[in-house]
Amino acid sequence: MNAVTNIRPRGATARSAATAAAAKQLVTLDEYIVEIMSDSGEGAQKCGQSFGSIAARMGNGVWTVEIIPAEIQPPARSVAGASGNRIRIGSQRITNGGDEAGLVVAFNEQVLIGRLNAGELRPGCIVLLESMWGESADAKIAAQYAETRDRLIADGYRVYEVPMEKECRTLVNDPRKGKNMFVLGMLCNLFSLEMNLAREQIAFIFGKKDEKVIKSNVALLEAGCAWAEENLDFKFAVPAERATEAQVVVNGNSALALGILASGMDICAMYPITPATSTSHYLSDIFERAGGIVHQAEDEIAACAFAIGASYTGKVAVTITSGPGYSLKQEGIGLAVMAEIPLVVVDVQRGGPSTGQPTKAEQSDLLSVMFGSHGDAPKVVLAVSSIEDCFYSMITARRIAETFNMVVVVLSDASLATAQQPFPRPQFSPDWLAPPIDQNPVPEGATPYDWDPVTGLSRRFVPGQPNGMHTLTGLAHDRSSRVAYDPDINQQGMHARSLKLAALQKTLTPPRVFGAEEGDLLIVGWGSTKGAIEEAVERLCAEGHKVSSLHLTFLQPMPSGIKEILQRFRKVITIESNWSDDPHDALIDPTNRRYSALAMLLRARYLVDVDCWSEVRGRPIKPGTICEVIRPRLAPKEAHS
Amino acid sequence: MSTATACLHHLFEEQRALEDYQGGVPRWCKGCGDNAILAAMQRLCRDEGLRPERTVFVSGIGCSSRLPHYMRTYGFHGIHGRALPIAEGIKMARPDLHVFVNTGDGDCCSIGAAHWIHAIRYNMNITVLLHDNHIYGLTKKQASPTSPLGTRSNTSPRGSTLDALNPLSVTLGVQNVSFVAQAVDWIPESLFQIVTAAFRHRGFSFVRILQRCPEFVGNMFEPWVHDPQRMLMLTHENGIRVSPALQKIYRNERPHDPSNIDRAREVASIDDPIPVGIIYRNPQVPCYEDLRHAGALRTAESIRATLDGELDKFTVWPQ
Repeated sequence: MNAVTNIRPRGATARSAATAAAAKQLVTLDEYIVEIMSDSGEGAQKCGQSFGSIAARMGNGVWTVEIIPAEIQPPARSVAGASGNRIRIGSQRITNGGDEAGLVVAFNEQVLIGRLNAGELRPGCIVLLESMWGESADAKIAAQYAETRDRLIADGYRVYEVPMEKECRTLVNDPRKGKNMFVLGMLCNLFSLEMNLAREQIAFIFGKKDEKVIKSNVALLEAGCAWAEENLDFKFAVPAERATEAQVVVNGNSALALGILASGMDICAMYPITPATSTSHYLSDIFERAGGIVHQAEDEIAACAFAIGASYTGKVAVTITSGPGYSLKQEGIGLAVMAEIPLVVVDVQRGGPSTGQPTKAEQSDLLSVMFGSHGDAPKVVLAVSSIEDCFYSMITARRIAETFNMVVVVLSDASLATAQQPFPRPQFSPDWLAPPIDQNPVPEGATPYDWDPVTGLSRRFVPGQPNGMHTLTGLAHDRSSRVAYDPDINQQGMHARSLKLAALQKTLTPPRVFGAEEGDLLIVGWGSTKGAIEEAVERLCAEGHKVSSLHLTFLQPMPSGIKEILQRFRKVITIESNWSDDPHDALIDPTNRRYSALAMLLRARYLVDVDCWSEVRGRPIKPGTICEVIRPRLAPKEAHS
Repeated sequence: MSTATACLHHLFEEQRALEDYQGGVPRWCKGCGDNAILAAMQRLCRDEGLRPERTVFVSGIGCSSRLPHYMRTYGFHGIHGRALPIAEGIKMARPDLHVFVNTGDGDCCSIGAAHWIHAIRYNMNITVLLHDNHIYGLTKKQASPTSPLGTRSNTSPRGSTLDALNPLSVTLGVQNVSFVAQAVDWIPESLFQIVTAAFRHRGFSFVRILQRCPEFVGNMFEPWVHDPQRMLMLTHENGIRVSPALQKIYRNERPHDPSNIDRAREVASIDDPIPVGIIYRNPQVPCYEDLRHAGALRTAESIRATLDGELDKFTVWPQ
């Protein structure tokens, strides 16, 4: 058997099939991280997502992360063009992508290099490597393959050479399309997933195609499973604790789209931008069935203006973008603030500034979103921190926008955009929807900006309402919406628009501390880092440390009670995916250090000495990294110095 | 009250006077051509019986864009260059509203040029009035894209260096163009006729109105104002007819069939004499809002059904 002679577990000695199978022991684990890496277009994404979905159906906790190149068709066998998926499965609920992977499947050796260099593979990681490159007629390729393989082995990785191409060729003509299902079969075997669920998953993903396609992919799946059973000498099980209620598995961007549908917003205006656009793709597919419209505008500015126009006439509209697009929308957002037109803006953050890292996660837009546009432009800012949040945030944002006649910005990021995590299936409620547009006559003498002296709120009049005619303007205006340069009127208008934030703040519940209510150190975070921070807190507490965390959803306004929480801890630090100066840099001192966005806000608002740690490596922060950051800060001072 | 009386009573109530459309007192300069456009708009609303609460005048920034403040309808005085996408959002959300856009040569042809091109392509049922005075007024005399070559301004003290952009030929060059006309502020009767035809056209009706700015370019249109022979009155059974009264003054008539795009492009490129009338009209071009609203009705039930149908696809049931 040719296939078997290629297997090289750990060293250079090959094992026979019989030994492999006989030596096999089922190892039970609490959790495991798998990565599948291929050239772009070879289907590693589909394989990884399917693997995650099957595990979720088994009842496992799952978090999947896409590893995406910026180009559509980057060169084959290149380090930069690697495309893949990380799947973390566990017995319990999984809230983040975790630390280093324990097993990686590679469709060629080049796609591994980036992951190795980034330190994403744990020492001794199992590598299932496509072996065809070693037999390449191109001597250069064969040499590259041998070099990487030998280096991996020398570095202690457990390398198994797998003849994926050769095995698939016995079933299909073009293994490039189908190798991923062979790999899925191997993984189902290696992690003891139910093959019936895998077959159903294939039927689901290829459901739109004909029976032949499904059949051929199921055959590949089964071949992969059988091959692993026969040839590999290990097998894992991650026992599942099954959920009692129905769970939904979608990524963050799809959850946003479903949230928009469920919120009763009618119009979404957008312009294509990574990594936000897949929300609009999915929404375009489903929205019209419920009478909604996705308008692809000619540019970001127009998308914002279109949404403002639509909102003005009655129901709140939404515009979705990412950092560069947000910058372009800023002037329009200022108009919505000034004229008090409700609007929902979603910013799926990516690495910046400028074009930055379009497919990578970062949390760098917080301050520009909060303080952006020109002049004093108070708006509501909230951040999602899980896939479930992405769904419900749209309903919340729509309601706040409408109640307070404000712009509500919802911050997500590239890591949530493509990550998948099961969450309880939402049960639709008609209360989520916007009320019908008010077309009643406006009472005699009522004015469109009748600012309440306490809350700043006023009732807006929309076209169609008799007696409500007025011209809305971005110029300073009085209560009747007449252009006014009177010093008192401008003061009153600014006052009212600012008061609305305080009025909203009074309705917010104080955030809850994760872990003990007091202790040595409090980690504060916002957005997609929640899962990793809380996992780090659990690990540190298990080590005996007195660490807790606080995760903020509302960043503007911030709910009450935060200062009191901060004061109950000896030290406070934010963990964020944005820039902050390293205090140990030669030129950095406490007076010139640039703090992370949230740290800066907390310091300014609460006069608490908040430290920060951040990185901008474009990948989700690992719980293990957070532990390493925190431990030295917990050590007694004398021991530390 | 009998039904007939009630009906008559209702009709009387619906009858509106010009004053019913008058908002704030205009603050344009003495002799500004915008006043003529405002008068035409108020007359149009009255004669077409538009309900003030169902009518929205949208504008950008500039002298022209103050017009909504002087109407007693709903108005949206937006930001520089973005009147068109704001108006599109309004029309998409509420096709029941009458939507007008007042924009200037800087607002439409410079900062908002991208939106202008695409608005033509969307062909939404909106009436657009380009107040074209060939100069930036509100920022005090800078050359605009439509300023003739050599225009002296604060940013071109020795005369502007670029040839003027022709908004008519630009509009006629864009796919889905459906209505293009030209009017001048100094022939109010023809202006009114043209904006009425524009309003009645279902689609994106683009009317360029040459408009005098006595403050900054007082002599810009003088030769044409004082020489009726230098006005080219377009007339056709498919377009508009020049009234006998006007014919006595403006004798330079040219039969022009507005359904012919090639002839329309020829006429659009004439700058002396100034063509006045409907240059192009094609009622067959579909409106974007009609194309997009072809889908299902928006009800709580349709939203619930769609959401549940989608969630079914992604649901992992307990086993």
